[in-house]
Amino acid sequence: MAVIRDVIPAFELFQPTSVDDALSLQARHGAKAWVLAGGLDSFDWFKDRIKRPEVVIDLSQVRELRGIRADANGLEIGAMTTLTEVLRHPVVREKYGILPDAAEAAASPQIRNQGTIGGNVSQDARCWYYRGGWPCYRAGGNICYADTPTGLNREHAILDANRCVAVNPSDTAPALIALDAKFVVRGPKGERVVNAEDYFIGPSIDITRMTILKPGDLLTSIRIPSTWAGSQFYFEKARDRKVWDFALVNVAAAVVTSGSAIERIRLVVNGVAAHPVRLTAVEAAVQGKPRNEETAKMAGELAIQGAEPLQYNGFKVPLMRNLVMRAIRGAAA
Amino acid sequence: MAENELADPRTSDSNTISRRDVIKSVIAAGAVSSTSYLFRVSKVWGQASAPGAVDRLITLNVNGQDRRVDVMKQETLVMTLRYKLGLTGTKIGCDQAECGACTVLIDDVPYYSCSVFTHTVRDKKIQTIEGLAKPDGTLHPVQQGVIDQQGFQCAFCMSGFVMATVGYLKTNPNPTRTELAHGISGNLCRCQDYDKILTAMMRGAEHLRKA
Repeated sequence: MAVIRDVIPAFELFQPTSVDDALSLQARHGAKAWVLAGGLDSFDWFKDRIKRPEVVIDLSQVRELRGIRADANGLEIGAMTTLTEVLRHPVVREKYGILPDAAEAAASPQIRNQGTIGGNVSQDARCWYYRGGWPCYRAGGNICYADTPTGLNREHAILDANRCVAVNPSDTAPALIALDAKFVVRGPKGERVVNAEDYFIGPSIDITRMTILKPGDLLTSIRIPSTWAGSQFYFEKARDRKVWDFALVNVAAAVVTSGSAIERIRLVVNGVAAHPVRLTAVEAAVQGKPRNEETAKMAGELAIQGAEPLQYNGFKVPLMRNLVMRAIRGAAA
Repeated sequence: MAENELADPRTSDSNTISRRDVIKSVIAAGAVSSTSYLFRVSKVWGQASAPGAVDRLITLNVNGQDRRVDVMKQETLVMTLRYKLGLTGTKIGCDQAECGACTVLIDDVPYYSCSVFTHTVRDKKIQTIEGLAKPDGTLHPVQQGVIDQQGFQCAFCMSGFVMATVGYLKTNPNPTRTELAHGISGNLCRCQDYDKILTAMMRGAEHLRKA
């Protein structure tokens, strides 16, 4: 039975109606402020009383952060656009089909109705030691509880771990990287636009953050160029249950072929490291090759080079290899 | 610092306002939350004129009625519905967006009311299971479907399932069984009665199309 934890500890709530107001509130309250988008990452922290912010800045009333604008150059998706809005949008479905596939794979219908694309890419790690309030590296401590001989790490990283072995849980992130999306971030020093793959950071850069966002920063929108519009897409998410569960491993690929050969490709996996992993070596290796079994096999083996499984997540290595193979083979195979 | 005593008004006995009064009255509950608010976050008190500052006393449109209610900043919608407005048809199952028992419609879209701050839905139309039947008692077609097919065993999850189905049918009034199963996959039934539930919901959809 659920533990009803009574009410969430009190905080001051602000509901700004513009990005400027949100940023000025963030600037005033600094690290004491918690920025709330859809809320589905935040509520667990609050109810478990592990994060107790003094100030919550709720973005739900900021209209300029919502909606999808499509033009010849591509798409601009407001950070507060819900996953359901993204996956139902006709232009997104027609030209950028990998994004609705990824959004539809996330969580449950109700969560997709509420959860935002900005929140989905900015969500925190789901390692249960960390979420349970253990004083681990990611929480500012000096131990990783998952990476011990008895640590339960079935869902954890096989690549690029550095002290912390948590993984990025997002489904839309790999799809957005495959589409070569740009993330628009506003902060105290103005606006900057970063490549999707550079938005996510691993523990080597900052062990307490999953993204480049620092206190005072706000992800305002995601721009998708038309470069990969209408290309061949592949998205697949492996997970324990069909609903709610985060990916054990997911894969996203955008492929343009000329004749039978792969002309250009972007290939990304998530659920294997603290950030989505773009497989640039595999991309280079399969370029000019046909989408067949031989290429898929080579790509799969290359993808898992350097993988270092923990005690209980060895299965992720062949899982990642097989998902990459399926992505290279494509939907037809 | 009185923070620990006052941070949690529902369990605090040390308050000057008696606990009995608090429980009895919505207004008193608001008074306590206002005290806790003063003590807990005193550092930002006095900035009420800041952009986006929030009033505790709000109007919620629930089941077609405007209801004045005093809402704590950190209060979830299911708490407001059940314990301030007395709408206990909405259930709390997991309280962490993983079971669907608390599903309500907000502007016709299904949400987990355990994971929505009440303050974020001030300007929206909220519908709960209590708002489905007509004033004369005629059941909503989906509710009738549940009765026709004896859709549930213990039925704790029922109001959530019914609300999720009513919401889903607004986007797809004529679903296949598979589509409906996907559409209401955000709800759990611990009796594992999914087959019967789906049959009932399909019957409800049929009733709704004829209505």
